[in-house]
Amino acid sequence: MRIVGKSSQYVVMSLFAVAFLAPLVWMISASLRPEAKVLSSPPKFLPTDTQWSNYGEVFDLIPVFLWNSVKLAGLNVIGILIVASMAGYAFARLRFAGRDIAFMVLLATSIIPGIAYLIPQYIVFQHIGWVDTQYPLWVPKVLTPVFATFLMRQSFLTIPNELEDAGKIDGASTFGIYWRIMLPQTKPALAAIGVFTFLESWNDLFGPLIYITSENLQTLPVALAQFQGEYFTKISLLMAGATISVVPVIAVFLFAQRYFIQGITMTGMKG
Amino acid sequence: MATITMARDTAEQVNTADVRRARRKQNLTGWLFISPIVVGVVAFQFFPILVSIAASLTDWNGISAPKFVGLKNFTEMFGDDPLFLQTFKNTVYFTLASIPLTIGIGLVLALLCARPIKGVAFFRTAYFAPYVTNVVAIGFVWFWFFQPDNGVINGLLSQLGISGPQWLSSSSWAMPAVIMVSVWQGIGYPMIILLAGLQGLPNEFFESAKIDGAGAWQRLRFITLPLLTPHFLFLLITQFISSFQVFGLIYVMTKGGPGHATSVYIYNIYQNAFSYGKVGYASAMAWILFVVIAAVTFLQWKLQKRWVFYS
Repeated sequence: MRIVGKSSQYVVMSLFAVAFLAPLVWMISASLRPEAKVLSSPPKFLPTDTQWSNYGEVFDLIPVFLWNSVKLAGLNVIGILIVASMAGYAFARLRFAGRDIAFMVLLATSIIPGIAYLIPQYIVFQHIGWVDTQYPLWVPKVLTPVFATFLMRQSFLTIPNELEDAGKIDGASTFGIYWRIMLPQTKPALAAIGVFTFLESWNDLFGPLIYITSENLQTLPVALAQFQGEYFTKISLLMAGATISVVPVIAVFLFAQRYFIQGITMTGMKG
Repeated sequence: MATITMARDTAEQVNTADVRRARRKQNLTGWLFISPIVVGVVAFQFFPILVSIAASLTDWNGISAPKFVGLKNFTEMFGDDPLFLQTFKNTVYFTLASIPLTIGIGLVLALLCARPIKGVAFFRTAYFAPYVTNVVAIGFVWFWFFQPDNGVINGLLSQLGISGPQWLSSSSWAMPAVIMVSVWQGIGYPMIILLAGLQGLPNEFFESAKIDGAGAWQRLRFITLPLLTPHFLFLLITQFISSFQVFGLIYVMTKGGPGHATSVYIYNIYQNAFSYGKVGYASAMAWILFVVIAAVTFLQWKLQKRWVFYS
């Protein structure tokens, strides 16, 4: 595939890199500037008159939103890993009546996109008093991880029988075999699903937007979007808030890049 | 595997009562393991789906008792709701513009990143960063970039002697601006999928083509691209489903404006359901969306014979 030489390849790749990173660099640099210098002509991408006080101000405004985001991401990740791995284990390794039919029905139901039944779901939650609580942001997600279950099933299917048999001979219970012997074998799948779930929960806009009205229950992205002007009166503050909402994601991505990409290719091409 | 274990069971069976008891215990254990997801799917998907189908046939504000109206919601949509048609068209515009751009540029980046070159991990991460970044932060940054007077985009354009448009406050430029941001954010995904595809290609094809004297362009056109067609099909299907449901960028950047220039279908559903209290109507709209997505996906699947190449 040698259409262009190495040096021109570097030039093209660097131009693209600038285009992809410049807005993020601008966001960070704007968050470090005094308000009067955020917008300038010609535009500046590197911080000038760096001041950190914007972050201090923003941190005073957002601790509750930040905590809500962290809490929901944690509940989603842990819950989905438990529910999906248990179901995936049963579908892959246990024999019981109705197993294959149950699996097909789960997969079939998940084909219908969430938006088609989002509104009745909202009304159901209204009736049981869940609107303006955080339950709709994790309970339904944790209890319906169909795709993660599918991935976990695939992962459990690849483990050789010998390990399981050894556990049985030692007299371990089914749960013991799942928890102590089989689950540790599926770490890559668990990691991929965990990273994905974290990103999805952390970046979710729609869910908190429709379900939460109380300010103190709101998550960081929605708080940024909704309370700009009221809270984040300056662009520099808004950018500091936005940067704080991006940092955990970039950190997770850098640490778990391998699993993330593995997850994408896994979810992508197992057609 | 199942038959082997079954045979082992039969060999070990002592009497039928024991076997029956053991089997019952097995069934119970299995269902206990899957009970959380079964309860969840029935309660949070299956049941709301049934309610949603029923709701689409009613006049309902979500609070007082629903009134059965038959297919009125659907006839109203196509008959006398100009906003339905407008937001549908906007969504088609968004989708038709963003899909070729994301997949096309994604392919270029995947080809660049597939060659062994120093620092490739950095470039891959850079191209991918917007994809994991949340849409609110992205929407804000670009909102300020697109400011007509002191925004970065027009600032850069003026350096080139071009006076840029009003962008987000112009009814003809707002949608292209949103599409640009969406493409910029979304490219990482097709890039990774195609990169995975490229790395899985069998080397023999390229070796023998080289021996036959095929140039780089010919190898790309006649070997690489055909071998990647399953990946393109997958991307077409997934990108269509997601861009037909675009919401976040619109909500943050334009709130559907100016006028209804960037109001997309989901935004319209969102407003009908949560601002105007037209729950029955919004449910009907959601089902039309589902039918369109299902039909196009089915069509893409059926048409694959004509262009998708399986080696």
